[in-house]
Amino acid sequence: MRSLRAAGFAVLVAVVAAFPLVAGNYPVKLLQEILIWGIFAMSLDLLMGYAGMVSFGHSAFFGIGGYVGALALLKSPGLISALLLPAVAAAAAALLIGFFSIRVSGVYFIMLTLAFSQMFYAVAFQAAWLGAEDGIVGVPRPAALGFSLTSPGSFHLYLLVLVVCAVLLLWRIVRSPFGHVLRGIHDNEGRMQAVGYPVNRYKLLAFVIGGTVAGVAGSLYAQLVGSISPDAFLWTTSGEVLLMVIIGGTGTLGGSMLGAAAFILLQSMVSSYTERWMLILGLTFVLLVLFAPGGILGALRGRVGIRS
Amino acid sequence: MAFVADVFGQALNGLAYGVLLFLLSVGLTLIFGMLDVVNLAHGSYYMLGAYAGLTLIAVTGNFWLALLVAPVAVALIGAGIERTCLRPLYRRGPLDQVLLTFGLIYVFEDLVKWIWSGRIRSIPTPALFSGSVTIFGATIPSYRLFVIVFGLAMAVALWALIEKTRLGAIIRAGVFDSEMTAGMGINIHRVFTGVFAFGAALAGLSGVIAGPIQSAYPPMGASILVPALIVVVVGGLGSLKGSLVGSLIIGQAETFGKVWLPGASMLMIYLVMALVLLVRPQGLFGRPLK
Repeated sequence: MRSLRAAGFAVLVAVVAAFPLVAGNYPVKLLQEILIWGIFAMSLDLLMGYAGMVSFGHSAFFGIGGYVGALALLKSPGLISALLLPAVAAAAAALLIGFFSIRVSGVYFIMLTLAFSQMFYAVAFQAAWLGAEDGIVGVPRPAALGFSLTSPGSFHLYLLVLVVCAVLLLWRIVRSPFGHVLRGIHDNEGRMQAVGYPVNRYKLLAFVIGGTVAGVAGSLYAQLVGSISPDAFLWTTSGEVLLMVIIGGTGTLGGSMLGAAAFILLQSMVSSYTERWMLILGLTFVLLVLFAPGGILGALRGRVGIRS
Repeated sequence: MAFVADVFGQALNGLAYGVLLFLLSVGLTLIFGMLDVVNLAHGSYYMLGAYAGLTLIAVTGNFWLALLVAPVAVALIGAGIERTCLRPLYRRGPLDQVLLTFGLIYVFEDLVKWIWSGRIRSIPTPALFSGSVTIFGATIPSYRLFVIVFGLAMAVALWALIEKTRLGAIIRAGVFDSEMTAGMGINIHRVFTGVFAFGAALAGLSGVIAGPIQSAYPPMGASILVPALIVVVVGGLGSLKGSLVGSLIIGQAETFGKVWLPGASMLMIYLVMALVLLVRPQGLFGRPLK
């Protein structure tokens, strides 16, 4: 079973790697967007599906990663600017927001994370040195080990390598003893506390890991589209990534990538037919909550009887 | 003296904004206290109120009629949403409710864009209050004074309704323990619908009143929601007094932020929130967190 899953993963990676050879520019860009939003969604699933922390402010880390990456890449286009600095900045922000937020749970946690992410939106929207409402444009793609990643093919491979690393890292984390403690906290926080686990420290660490990965995703997004605007911080970004996790089914990791694919493909299809994308997106939220609470994977499992 | 007059004028502006926030957040906090639902679509009722008011004024030419009828229309929409969408979710976790109400924001906003187009529409100030008055050297549009007086009168009326009437006693009981209230023979589902519709009506009312000051534009509902949520966090979830005090604080913080810290004015309300949370995590008048 294990080797079967590894083989499946390898085939999937190979298909994604070869995709630009057979597809045009637009499908490749869609695929790259799916990969980036996919790891963004997976980083949220780590919080939601495993540690039981429903954050409505995950856009904060995506935006911080994007802005720090954009600013640093404009100064010097290397891997430190593209990956390390955004990761560190997002981790620091997650530490700060987490410190305030993890002391409460449920609805309060949702509202606090939402408010904090909007605080960053307010700063980015008004700060002239961050380009105010236009954001930062003309973000260059980095160079690594002497290779420039500006060509579409090399950028695709660079993206793929990073996404695979992020997926393996998150997958490893949720299967580690640390991941099992998080699940324990999700199922029964009081009991984990009673058994002697420092629950808040575990939750904070999970929050920081999730925020860091989201920050890297934000930086990759800025590199993909070549710009970053305050909208990255907006709570609609948090809502959309939350929807991706829900569509895929929480606590599955792989489902989040599937949810990102479903969301982005649906968006690109619908927008080419009608201007009423927002209406359709909103109705999707409503109908999904009312009729398919377990997400796509959940619904499939219920119907077909698949068990992971 | 000019400085004092300026500060006084700004304080009144902040008060007018605070009063608008109060009408919004009181519904938000009652709905949370009673139904245990964070209604992210609450700002949508504010937007719907403004647009319903816009159309009613265009048709009848009467602001006061719009002020009366628009909230009723919004209340009916709210009651419909509570019955069809929220009722099945009461037994589920907060995530489902947040997602559903978040989806409703998109639905309402796009519907408004569809019906009224996406551009900014101004709502005319009623003729009775189109002038301005000078108090202590500060020149204030008289409409703002009307908003302040009207809002404070609404606060007193709400207080009387909730503290002094039988209906208010039922609502307070429902906020405290809805199951026990149902056990005492109250039809709690009808009260839920009523409170939700009432909260929506207040938000709609706030939208009509805000119209002449801020105009109507589709994202107005989503953008007022965050300050309203912060009011609820600062004041304490489920507390009427908290929503009044929180609104007044946030109204002043936002207004003086714009004057004194123009480059970082939007940051002010978050600083206030962080400060309150450090000292009192449950908000100023909230029940201690479990």
